[in-house]
Formats: sequence, C-alpha cells, structure tokens
Amino acid sequence: MADLKVKIHNLEFKNPVTVASGTFGFGEEMAEFFDLSLLGGIFVKGLTIKNREGHVYPRMAETPSGMLNAVGLQNKGIDYFIDHIYPNIKHLDTHIIANVNGSTVEEYIEVTEKLNDLEKVTAIELNISCPNVKEGGMLFGISCPSAIAVTDAIRKVYKKTLIVKLSPNVTDIAEMARAVEGAGADSISLINTLLGMAINAEKRKPILSTITGGLSGPAIKPVALRMVWQVYHAVKVPIIGIGGIMNATDAIEFFLAGSSAIQVGTANFIDPMASLKIIDGINEYLNRHSFQSVNEIIGLLET
Amino acid sequence: MKVVADHKVVNIQYFSEENYVIQMESPVDIPKIKPGNFAEIKVDNTPGVFLRRPFSILDVDYENKLISFYVKVIGKGTRYIGLYEIGDQINLIYPLGNSFTVSDKDRKVLIVGGGSGIAPFILLGKEMVKNGIEATFLIGGRSQRDIILTKEFAKYGDVLVTTEDGSLGEKGLVTQHSVFISPQFKYDRIYACGPDPMMKAVAIIAQQKEITCEVSLENTMACGFGICLCCVTATQEGNKRVCLEGPVFNSRYLKWQI
Ligand SMILES: Cc1cc2nc3c(=O)[nH]c(=O)nc-3n(C[C@H](O)[C@H](O)[C@H](O)COP(=O)(O)OP(=O)(O)OC[C@H]3O[C@@H](n4cnc5c(N)ncnc54)[C@H](O)[C@@H]3O)c2cc1C
Ligand SMILES: Cc1cc2nc3c(=O)[nH]c(=O)nc-3n(C[C@H](O)[C@H](O)[C@H](O)COP(=O)(O)O)c2cc1C
Ligand code: FES
Repeated sequence: MADLKVKIHNLEFKNPVTVASGTFGFGEEMAEFFDLSLLGGIFVKGLTIKNREGHVYPRMAETPSGMLNAVGLQNKGIDYFIDHIYPNIKHLDTHIIANVNGSTVEEYIEVTEKLNDLEKVTAIELNISCPNVKEGGMLFGISCPSAIAVTDAIRKVYKKTLIVKLSPNVTDIAEMARAVEGAGADSISLINTLLGMAINAEKRKPILSTITGGLSGPAIKPVALRMVWQVYHAVKVPIIGIGGIMNATDAIEFFLAGSSAIQVGTANFIDPMASLKIIDGINEYLNRHSFQSVNEIIGLLET
Repeated sequence: MKVVADHKVVNIQYFSEENYVIQMESPVDIPKIKPGNFAEIKVDNTPGVFLRRPFSILDVDYENKLISFYVKVIGKGTRYIGLYEIGDQINLIYPLGNSFTVSDKDRKVLIVGGGSGIAPFILLGKEMVKNGIEATFLIGGRSQRDIILTKEFAKYGDVLVTTEDGSLGEKGLVTQHSVFISPQFKYDRIYACGPDPMMKAVAIIAQQKEITCEVSLENTMACGFGICLCCVTATQEGNKRVCLEGPVFNSRYLKWQI
C-alpha cells in the first residue's frame, strides 16, 4: 500500500480523493452506497444565507461526454444546514468542507461566520465561480479586483483553511490564481463548470430553462488539466484539481499537472462508487511505478 | 443498501420495433421492490449516451433473481438497450425512488397508463390482488401495436383500452374513455403514469370527482439518487426531487398549471 496522505494547508487528508460540491448532496444519500469515511473529504452542496429554490425545470441537458446543469444553487440555507444536516454528518471520519456562496460580499461573510463554530467543518471552499446565479457567483470570479475583495473579506473573518474555487470562464487563469493567493487563500480549487448551452433543433428552443448553464464531465477535462498546470506554475499554495475526472488515470493526470488532491464530480452520477475505485486505482498506479507516496507525483509532469 | 451491479441479459422480447421487454439476472438477491420503484441503467458504448437512463421496474422474480423492464424506444439509449445480446452484462442501480400508496381502506381503484407509463403497474396490480383491492386498468396508446401486456394486466383486474386511431378498444385519448362518464364510476383512488399532458388530464378529472390521484413523473435525470438536484418538480412545499421524494406524487401536492 502506497502512502496516500496529502496535506492541504495545515490539514491532513487520508487520501487525495474528495467529492465535488453539488455532485454528492450533503453525503446523506450516498451513505446508502458506501462508507463515506473512506473518502479524503466531502465538499458539500453550495450554501447560501437564505433558502434558494434554484431555477425551474428543465435544469439539465446531456451533451457529448458531459452535461449542462442550471440547478442555480438550490439549498435550504446555512441555518438549515447547521440545525438539520450537520448533526447527521459530523460523525464522519473525513473532512467536511462547506461550499460558500453569496450575491454580495456581506452574504459571503454572513455564511462564513456561521461556519466558524462548526468543529467538523475543517475548511471552506469559497465559490466565486458559479455560472448559475444572476448576481454574485461567477461575477466575483471573473475579475481580479472583485475576486480579491471577496477573498480578502473572508480571510479576515475565517481562521481555518480557506480554499478559493476558480471559474474557468476567464482569459487568464494564472492571474486570477495569483490574485486570490495574494488575498489570503490557503488553497485553490479548479475548475468550476464552463459556461455552455444546448439547443433542441426540432423545437427551436433552448433545452435549459435558463438558456445557458454549466458544462461538466469528461468534455471539460482537457481545459481543466491545462488550467491546473498553469496555476501550478503561478502560485505556491496547494491545488485541488477538478474537471471530468472519471477514473484513476484521470486523477493521476491531475496530480502530474500539479494538483495535491482532486474532486470527483459528475462521475458520481454515473457510478456512485467512482471515488472508491479511483482511490484503489491511484494506489495501484503508485505501486506499479514504485512510488512510495502520492506526494512524489504532484507536479511531476516531464515537459 | 442499493444494488449496484452488472446484470446478465437473459431475454429480450420485442412486441414491435419500438416496444420490448428486457429481462436480466441479478448476481445478488434482489431486495424488496415496491410498485413505482425504478432503476438506473448504464448504457455502455453508445455514442452520445453519457448518463444512465431511468426505467420503472416492470416485474421481479425474487426466487430466480430476475428483474425486467418495459422499454419504449424514443432515442439513442432506449434503442441501444434493445440491441444487447443474451449473456451481455448491463450495470443497474436499484431500487430507487418512492412508491405508490397501497391502502387497505381502498376497495376499487382505477389505474391509468399511457405509453411506457404502464411499466410500474404490473407490480401495483400484484399488490392490489394481495390486498383484496379491485383494480381496473385503463391503457392508452397511439395504435394497437402500442397496447401490450394486456393479458398480464388481466390477471390482476379488468382491462380497458383506448387507441388514438381506434385500432383497438375505444377511439381517442385515455381521458376520453367512456368509463369516466359511466354512472358506475366509483373509485377510491386513481393512479396515473404516462406523458405529462395525460397525467394532468387524469388529475383534473380526479380533482373534479374528489378522488385521490397519484401520478408518477418522468423528469429527465442526471443521477437518479438525489445528489444532483436536476430532476426537480415544483410542489406546494417548493422544488422536490422526482428521483427521491418521487417519482410518485399526490397530484394535489404538485404545482401543475392545471
Ligand atoms: C422514473 C422514471 C421511470 C421511467 N420508466 C420508463 C419505463 O419503464 N419505460 C420506458 O420506456 N421509459 C421510462 N422512462 C423514460 C426513459 O427514461 C426515457 O425514455 C429515456 O431516458 C430516453 O433515453 P434515450 O437515450 O432513448 O433518449 P434520448 O436520446 O436521450 O432523447 C430522445 C428525445 O427524448 C427527449 N427525452 C428523453 N428523456 C425524456 C424525458 N424523461 N422526458 C421528456 N423528454 C425526454 C429528449 O430531450 C430527446 O428529445 C422513465 C423515466 C423516469 C424518470
Ligand atoms: C449538478 C451540479 C451542481 C453543482 N453545484 C455546485 C455548487 O453548488 N457549488 C460549486 O462550487 N460547484 C458546483 N458544481 C461544480 C462542480 O463542483 C465541479 O466543479 C464541476 O462539475 C466540474 O467537475 P466534474 O467535471 O468532475 O463534474 C456543480 C456541478 C454539477 C454538475
Ligand atoms: S436526478 Fe439527481 S437529484 Fe434527481
């Protein structure tokens, strides 16, 4: 057995395989499939200050090797999470990481302050990259000054590990990464979904109620790999790679490009056991290539 | 726990080019399946098919570990599943979703199915017989070739049929069947599954007659087990997941534009 432990800032993860926000609920439904404590961490569904119903159906379109979603951050709000969901998942022996959203800097702060006291939420992931909300969300993540402003404001009120999740819908990802690192991010996760669109030609209508939505799945993996690699060369903080990871080989590619950990997203929908298989596959790869630890292959890409 | 496993195809019976029943053998004991439960089928090696496809569980044989589905071809996935060969493996996840209410207070129920919406009603019919409830099945389709499994339904109750072209049973839509205007129309509950317009029309009739009506929705799904929030329907209590809080809902709980 190779050593799968990795460090993100000052947190130790038992393995580098975590699950992406919005693709694993709050974990409760997935407990029917396997022991969630086997995961390195769980990034729970995006939280906002108030209840959000999200967008109207249809919110999903299948695309070549991927899918578009326009869920629109449906969640019952941070207080509901604290009172009714956190008590059911806090016993898990894995990192529970809250995905924080807001339409103003004040809302991001309000949500974050409520999370400060939750002992088992060991980190937050600041989502400044959601393409599915009109105000806030991605708007913060596509310009450096606003990304800096929100990261800086959260850094001042949050003492634990702060992960900032970047949007791929920018021209210069390295610049964004440097900006949030400078504003106090302890780690950077990327990528969120790519803005996309699907059309029903027969009906001459968009498939999503919102017309545009977020693209995920294997279709976005090459873009994600490129961005992780660029960010790896731009910042010092650890990177959590996301985007179209379906199997262990995909995960290894993200480590080689510079990720210290990875998030499994859309793959969970097709194979609820995908993340467990990826953990096994990483171990198998490390053994086959005689590496003692997964840390040896982070950024090991030979160019 | 859910079953997530490769199942061996043991039989595919075509009723027409667009309708077939596929039967598979489970490698494990099949857990208790309730009428209305569905499975997510993985369709491998089909260009353009990325996500699993949801199908109601048509029938189960616990002793021989057999599970079957009725599939109506509407696109790539539904066509391809019918092209599997005997012995091929198909990955299934089940049982998913909630189920129809079976109440021992009911004496007579009407079960309305259109198109592939008849699929959950074999298991429901069996439950009716078990509970001594008298069931009437009303089955609708475009033409005679769409009306299948009537002999099977007849084991569990009376069978009424409508076709749009009049090639079998009464001509017209299911909701135009004479049963609805019959003076003997007296049911304790109505169940409906099929295209949305059909379910809405049935729900309106049920509402007028003040009969409880349960419908099973077929929203498009990405996961099928509650984690993506893509499949929601608007209800009196906000958006609910069709795959987890549904697919069966009391029609009055839904915020349908009716
Ligand atoms: C809970 C549940 C139970 C179901 N049970 C059965 C069953 O027992 N038997 C059966 O034959 N089918 C059933 N369906 C429907 C079945 O899942 C779809 O027909 C199937 O997913 C279509 O896949 P495809 O690849 O053939 O079509 P695609 O190639 O994906 O689509 C073809 C066309 O149909 C449209 N379409 C696809 N799925 C839907 C949908 N759900 N609603 C509206 N439009 C759609 C697409 O937008 C496209 O225009 C059920 C669906 C649900 C949610
Ligand atoms: C249905 C769905 C919902 C999502 N919801 C969120 C969310 O609430 N917060 C967030 O930061 N990212 C969200 N994402 C983005 C994912 O976390 C991930 O960044 C993206 O899907 C790319 O990874 P993948 O290709 O492995 O899915 C969502 C993605 C999907 C498909
Ligand atoms: S299909 Fe994913 S939550 Fe219902």
